[in-house]
Amino acid sequence: MKTLLFQTLSKRNRLLILGVGLILVSVFLIPIWSISISAPQYPEGLGMQIWINKITGATPYDLKNINLLNHYIGMQEIISESIPELLFMPYVLGYLIFGAFITELYPKVGMAILGIINLIIVGLVGLSDFWRWEYNYGHNLNPDAPIIIEGMAYQPPLLGCKVMLNITACSYPSYGGVILGLSLVTLVYILWDENRRKKSNVH
Amino acid sequence: MNKKSNLILIILGVTLFSLIPNCKKGASTATLASDAASRVYVAPGEKDEVYAFLSGGFSGQMSVYGIPSARLFKIIPVFSVFPENGYGFDEETKDMLKTTHGYVPWDDSHHVEASMTDGKQDGRWMFLNANNTPRLARIDLKSFETKEILEIPNTAGNHASPFATENTEYLMAATRFSVPVPQASVAIDSFSKGGFKGTVTMVKVDKNTGRLSIELQVLVPGFNYDLSHCGKKKSHDWCFFSSYNSEQAHKMLEVGASKKDKDFILAFNWVRAKECKDQGKAYNFGGDYVNNFHDENKPAVSTRLSGVKMLNPKDCPGMMYYMPTPKSPHGTDVDSTGEYIVGGGKLASVIPVHSFSKMIEVKDKKEHHSTEIEGIPVLKYESTLAGEVQKPCLGPLHTEFDGQGYAYTSCFVSSEVVKWKLGTWEVVQHLPAYYSVGHLSIVGGSSTEPYGKYLIAMNKITKDRYLPVGMELPQSAQLYDISSGKAELLSDFPTVGEPHYSQMIPAKLLMDKTAKLYPLEENKHPYATKSENEAKIVRLGSTIHIYMTAIRSHFKPDIIEAKTGETLYFHVTNLEQDYDIPHGFAIGGAPNMTNLLIMPGETRTFKWVAPKPGIYPFYCTDFCSALHQEMQQYIRVSP
Ligand SMILES: [Cu+2]
Repeated sequence: MKTLLFQTLSKRNRLLILGVGLILVSVFLIPIWSISISAPQYPEGLGMQIWINKITGATPYDLKNINLLNHYIGMQEIISESIPELLFMPYVLGYLIFGAFITELYPKVGMAILGIINLIIVGLVGLSDFWRWEYNYGHNLNPDAPIIIEGMAYQPPLLGCKVMLNITACSYPSYGGVILGLSLVTLVYILWDENRRKKSNVH
Repeated sequence: MNKKSNLILIILGVTLFSLIPNCKKGASTATLASDAASRVYVAPGEKDEVYAFLSGGFSGQMSVYGIPSARLFKIIPVFSVFPENGYGFDEETKDMLKTTHGYVPWDDSHHVEASMTDGKQDGRWMFLNANNTPRLARIDLKSFETKEILEIPNTAGNHASPFATENTEYLMAATRFSVPVPQASVAIDSFSKGGFKGTVTMVKVDKNTGRLSIELQVLVPGFNYDLSHCGKKKSHDWCFFSSYNSEQAHKMLEVGASKKDKDFILAFNWVRAKECKDQGKAYNFGGDYVNNFHDENKPAVSTRLSGVKMLNPKDCPGMMYYMPTPKSPHGTDVDSTGEYIVGGGKLASVIPVHSFSKMIEVKDKKEHHSTEIEGIPVLKYESTLAGEVQKPCLGPLHTEFDGQGYAYTSCFVSSEVVKWKLGTWEVVQHLPAYYSVGHLSIVGGSSTEPYGKYLIAMNKITKDRYLPVGMELPQSAQLYDISSGKAELLSDFPTVGEPHYSQMIPAKLLMDKTAKLYPLEENKHPYATKSENEAKIVRLGSTIHIYMTAIRSHFKPDIIEAKTGETLYFHVTNLEQDYDIPHGFAIGGAPNMTNLLIMPGETRTFKWVAPKPGIYPFYCTDFCSALHQEMQQYIRVSP
């Protein structure tokens, strides 16, 4: 195990990690997650996109219109400034990219494993935080809301689609989320590849 | 014969007689193709293929229909006030209806013209004339709203208007009623002595902004100028105006103006006219007029202007020629190639067709001139004639072209549309019209590249066509499919006002370009309120400005206090940024003001003088949301 941890990465795998670091930079520029909403009065749909540092509508007006719909049932207004996670998420991403570049200077398999652990932690914490955020928005309703339906909560799904009143909400990873997932897959592949290389060296 | 057989005969006779009307009905609908219903049926959720813009005649408006379904989508107020959305009432748009005669909130609108680039419809603007108080308007096809109105001075009855040149460089506007120019109180019989004049006005259209301005007026003999169409391709430099009453009769025109065998089509070289103006041959002439412009999200600005450049035909040789045309021509229409100029002699028994090439060839050869009227050479009829459609129908008026070498002419007296072939001048089909058809329109039919496919005939009379609705029956438009060799009647539908002319545009040219909202951040209205935090009430002596916001489902501020006699301006901004969510605003019992209908991101102003003490409700008039009925509040007026 210890030999694997300090095994120097193959040239190809070092390049792959460099690629992961570079492609992660693009996550600053594209949304990670998207929630889309459709209803009879919105045949063209409304969309909300979660970025590493902000929440936007799919069009310049969608977020405003989602908030307008939400005010009937007493949901809090969704504005980027009210979500503290968005303040430090860019640093977390920066740390991951930094890790990838450090690996180029110190190209050991252990660094790849650290990357896997980091990505899994970021993923799990991110998803559970997202769920908690959705839960709060969906349950923490204004008691003076115009429309109150006994027992009704409006928590959007973590992944997949859900019907709430006359609205269908769907939640899926966006490009940035897919890139984070692919980065994890790449690192796992590197680990598997290095492990195979170690075994063949022993023989 | 005994009594019994007599009785049988009588019964038989009565039965036969009663069958006659049924037979007649059968005959009139026999032209309907059996699958016509499915060809005009647009299933729920599907879209029409074509936009039809119909002038509203004496309604002063323009209406928008979908073709082939014939569903009415919108009425665009142009020259008439419109209580539905406050046009002409609110502080933003009331200046649109200003003229030198004061506020004129109505007109008689005949001709719709589409803007063109290279002779093809470009989907930017529609233009509409006001016949009664001479004006012309520009309607923006992103917002489907009237953006500009220009008054035309030194004219009366702006009928031959607004016809566009091939690139919409200019719109033409010519006098229907000749009058003394400049206006003066003269003996009416001086008309017959040349005391009355007509004018042809070149209205310049700015190619980027669409803004209208008067380039030049040409003083022409005092006939009645009726209609116009401008040339295309080789005839690009020319516009053609029909005229009647070249007799210059001033009473009982029915007889007096129908004496001569031929009146004229006036050929006008507008490029030459501009050249003469630039050479300084036009002179300064009086004439007050008003230009009203409604920029997006600003109050309309009405500007009073004075004076034009006037040109006399004798000072600009080569600019104008008269082509004799039988008999009291109404329509003058140029085919898609620009070669043929078709006259619609409403009392003629032929449809005369002039050849542009022939006209160019002979126009300056003395042997082809018969005389000259006030500096305008009169060419010989035969010299410019390409051919005549013999005995086409009774009362030919207007002609449109399908781009496939066929022309369609409406015939008022015999209530039909005749299809005939350009070049052979043979009638190939008679299509009955119900009844008294005026203009007709083919999709893109006045452009260089007609889209064809559909033709509508616009009819004046609908006796027995629809359920009777009292003494005034609706006018109608009648839809034909002209895509195959034989045109077929598909449907007919009642219209708003009296549709005179129409422009039809393929839907794909417009539908994706229409505006959905006004971006709030671009709202430049001086009284805009861009968020609820900015909503406020500002008192300036006895005037109160209420900076109000409307959003689903409330107004802010929502409680207003005033004293009797104070003037309140409700500047209402619709904060929505969602397609199809306007809010309304109306105050109970408000005189002189109807309603505001405020588009998303727009600001509109309702002026109200506080009446006698009491509580006055105000509310949203457009069913905007589940809580629309709650979108209401009160104004308290104290002594
Ligand atoms: Cu409302």
